[in-house]
Amino acid sequence: MSGDTLIWSVIGALALATYVIRYSFIGLIGDRKLPPALAEGLSFVPVTVLPALVAPAVFSDADGAFALDAAQLLAAGTTVGVGIWLRSILPALIAGSGVYLSLAFAL
Amino acid sequence: MPVLPAVAPFGFIFGTLAMETGFDPVQTLAMAALVIAGASQLAALQLIHDGAPFLVIVATAAAVNMRMAMYSASLAPEWRGTGHGWRAVGAFFLHDQAYGLSISRYRSRPAESPGDRLGFFFGTVATTCTVWMIATALGIAVGQGLPEEWGLHFFVPLAFLALVGPMIRGWPELAGALTAVAVAVGLTGLPYRSGLFVATAAGIAAGITCRRAACRRERSAR
Repeated sequence: MSGDTLIWSVIGALALATYVIRYSFIGLIGDRKLPPALAEGLSFVPVTVLPALVAPAVFSDADGAFALDAAQLLAAGTTVGVGIWLRSILPALIAGSGVYLSLAFAL
Repeated sequence: MPVLPAVAPFGFIFGTLAMETGFDPVQTLAMAALVIAGASQLAALQLIHDGAPFLVIVATAAAVNMRMAMYSASLAPEWRGTGHGWRAVGAFFLHDQAYGLSISRYRSRPAESPGDRLGFFFGTVATTCTVWMIATALGIAVGQGLPEEWGLHFFVPLAFLALVGPMIRGWPELAGALTAVAVAVGLTGLPYRSGLFVATAAGIAAGITCRRAACRRERSAR
């Protein structure tokens, strides 16, 4: 698929899939609860898929080869650590960005 | 509104990075307006940038939104008895911040009618979605002007990780996250980014195992 076709296809398909997920229980299933095993599995999806998605970028250099980059690793650790500590998104992002920018400029 | 600071930066980052990924302004605004889920939109951008195939992009980004099935299940009884059309429209706008604000309000007012509950939800999303679209438009307009050496590309991973921290409420979530990272790094380079799915599944399994072990310890301690 070429660039524009791919972009519009992704927008359409993702919008549709996301609506089906949002509508699922509100519209179709009514008052029934999620099966407990499924609910437990789903509860772990965000904390596993998001770190897995970005991990290769954190553990690689600009060319995509495996690398332990101090600025990237410390910034990532700071972001997660501050997020766990303060339970808040924005301070975590600001702290992690601050670490990254100061180290990237210093080194 | 305390959640607006959490909506605006993601709209701005999405607007900026979508343009950098090769979206035009119409595509960027269309995605923000139709998907209304920042993390999945950033996930799609990352995978488009990586050259992943269409199905992998959509499946991964949709998986990021699977948590909304839980929100849907949680809100369904609160809106019981309101018109089906209004609930169907409400579902379109359901996102993290609107869910969080609504459910905490519903918990604090048990006697409120389902109609008033749905009304509060619409009032909430009118605000958050307006801020979301303005922030996305700002990202489109001025994001490109930011200096390259600020290392903007590394803000995508950081933005995702900033979402993850507050969701880690105990050892099971931490075990799941660390397992997913280890497997994802180990499997980098598999075709179609299939390592992502294996890593997520391994992380979920580790999290559930850890939670069961923790529950057993609590019971035997009593």
